Amino acid sequence: MNFETIMFYVFAALTIFAALRVITAHNPVHAVLFLVLAFISSAGIWILLEAEFLAITLVLVYVGAVMVLFLFVVMMLDINLVRLREGLWRWLPFGAALAGLMAFEMIWVLGSSGTSGGKVAIKHAADYSNTKELGRLIYTEYVYPFEIAAVLLLVAMVAAIALTLRRRKDAKSQVVAEQVAVKKADRLRIVKMQGESKESGK
Amino acid sequence: MMELLQTLQQAGLELLGPAWLPIWTIVKIMVITVPIMLTVAYLTLAERKVIGYMQIRIGPNRVGPYGLLQPLADGAKLLFKEIIIPSGSNKFLFIAAPILGLAPALAAWAVMPFSEGMVLTNVNAGLLYILAMTSLSVYGIIIAGWASNSKYAFIGAVRSVAQIVSYEIAMGFALVCVLMASQSMNVGDIVRGQQGSLGMLNWYFIPLFPMFLVYLISGVAETNRAPFDMAEGESEIVAGFHVEYSGMAFAMFFLAEYANMILISFLTAIMFLGGWLSPVPFLPDSFIWLLAKASFFLFLFLWLRATFPRYRYDQLMRLGWKVFIPLTIVWVVVVAVWMQTTLWVW
Repeated sequence: MNFETIMFYVFAALTIFAALRVITAHNPVHAVLFLVLAFISSAGIWILLEAEFLAITLVLVYVGAVMVLFLFVVMMLDINLVRLREGLWRWLPFGAALAGLMAFEMIWVLGSSGTSGGKVAIKHAADYSNTKELGRLIYTEYVYPFEIAAVLLLVAMVAAIALTLRRRKDAKSQVVAEQVAVKKADRLRIVKMQGESKESGK
Repeated sequence: MMELLQTLQQAGLELLGPAWLPIWTIVKIMVITVPIMLTVAYLTLAERKVIGYMQIRIGPNRVGPYGLLQPLADGAKLLFKEIIIPSGSNKFLFIAAPILGLAPALAAWAVMPFSEGMVLTNVNAGLLYILAMTSLSVYGIIIAGWASNSKYAFIGAVRSVAQIVSYEIAMGFALVCVLMASQSMNVGDIVRGQQGSLGMLNWYFIPLFPMFLVYLISGVAETNRAPFDMAEGESEIVAGFHVEYSGMAFAMFFLAEYANMILISFLTAIMFLGGWLSPVPFLPDSFIWLLAKASFFLFLFLWLRATFPRYRYDQLMRLGWKVFIPLTIVWVVVVAVWMQTTLWVW
């Protein structure tokens, strides 16, 4: 067993452990942190497959941005732990069946003789750039699916903003341009006063 | 120098065989991290001294000549202090948070090129790796704020996360411009792309000047330094996310903040000011130049702190979302068009 195989099993075990803890952890914040661990260890597996662009992007986008916002929201929610755990046993058979189906599909695809490349990861030379290769494919062969995905994300973004955008009539807001344009003379009045000596005061 | 290293490595390989590689790597990691930690220690002294002189004071001058032993005294004090764990806090996460804060700040140095060929790992996606590592540093802060079970700490963490996530986007786009200009994500290649016969006129800060400013200011915001230190805000929320921390756990947050400052300074020097390249053609390129450039940016961090009052929170968000992000997106398009013309000479 070489070093890479050991690393693969370590990362795989970590991913499965973390994923199980996501659904079994009592505290929702712990569950989110275990999800972060699951993402990081699957990024580790991708690194082993020499897919460094995908792996680092997974960490950058999901761990660095999405999960931070997730954590942010979960920390501020008032979560009722008892109600949260109520449905676990009811939905467990359904979830287990879904997971079993997905595992079966993956084994089926990887195990079939029709899969090109087989089960061994393709090794590349040291100067091979994963990023360049991905970029070339995205902007040539898969340009339409890529553009459609981009438009879909844009629509989702516009929809999310439209849903949360409620203008209150009585809300006060600042006009920054006006604030910046303020001159000293608009706010400040300097009053010239005659100096008075101590004796003549009173 | 290089030959000496070569012979050393050869001898080690013969002596230990395959076990030599991890040992040699750990030695290299120590060679990078120990000076960073020492710089962090003396940066705290430099900060107090610089701000002191800017405010017509002397700064620390009791411990050792010119106060030079002050960082050691501070370190010893913090080391022997009790770490108080607040009641009702999450013990494991409370202890893990400072570690999570410091680790990414040091991990990002793995791909930092110090001079031609002097880099721990030469990764093709080095720039992405740095972005990923700097984006992880926010976990230390948010977990610290939550695990402390304190309102001030939590408000500090929430502020800091909103701030860091916002400014990260602008920083990311600024670096997109750099990688467009250099056509590489390898940090070493980015520096080599700025090489030329004209010295400093070949550096990227000229065509990407707005991005240079955006990166620098976002860097200050990203490290939670004044005038963007809303996460601490002594006058509003006492000390923000680390209000419940004491002793070495508190010191870890301090180390993380200063290590991040040093990292951002080095990155700015590498991305925009040509890294180890010499500013004038008749002087040789060397590591000294990188140090000089990074030191200037570190001084800038201290200078900013002594000069500007703290931003108001809504103004900070406005600057990030309504000024920097649109500006960076426009500049990405400008650079893309510019590069297609013959006017692009970098």
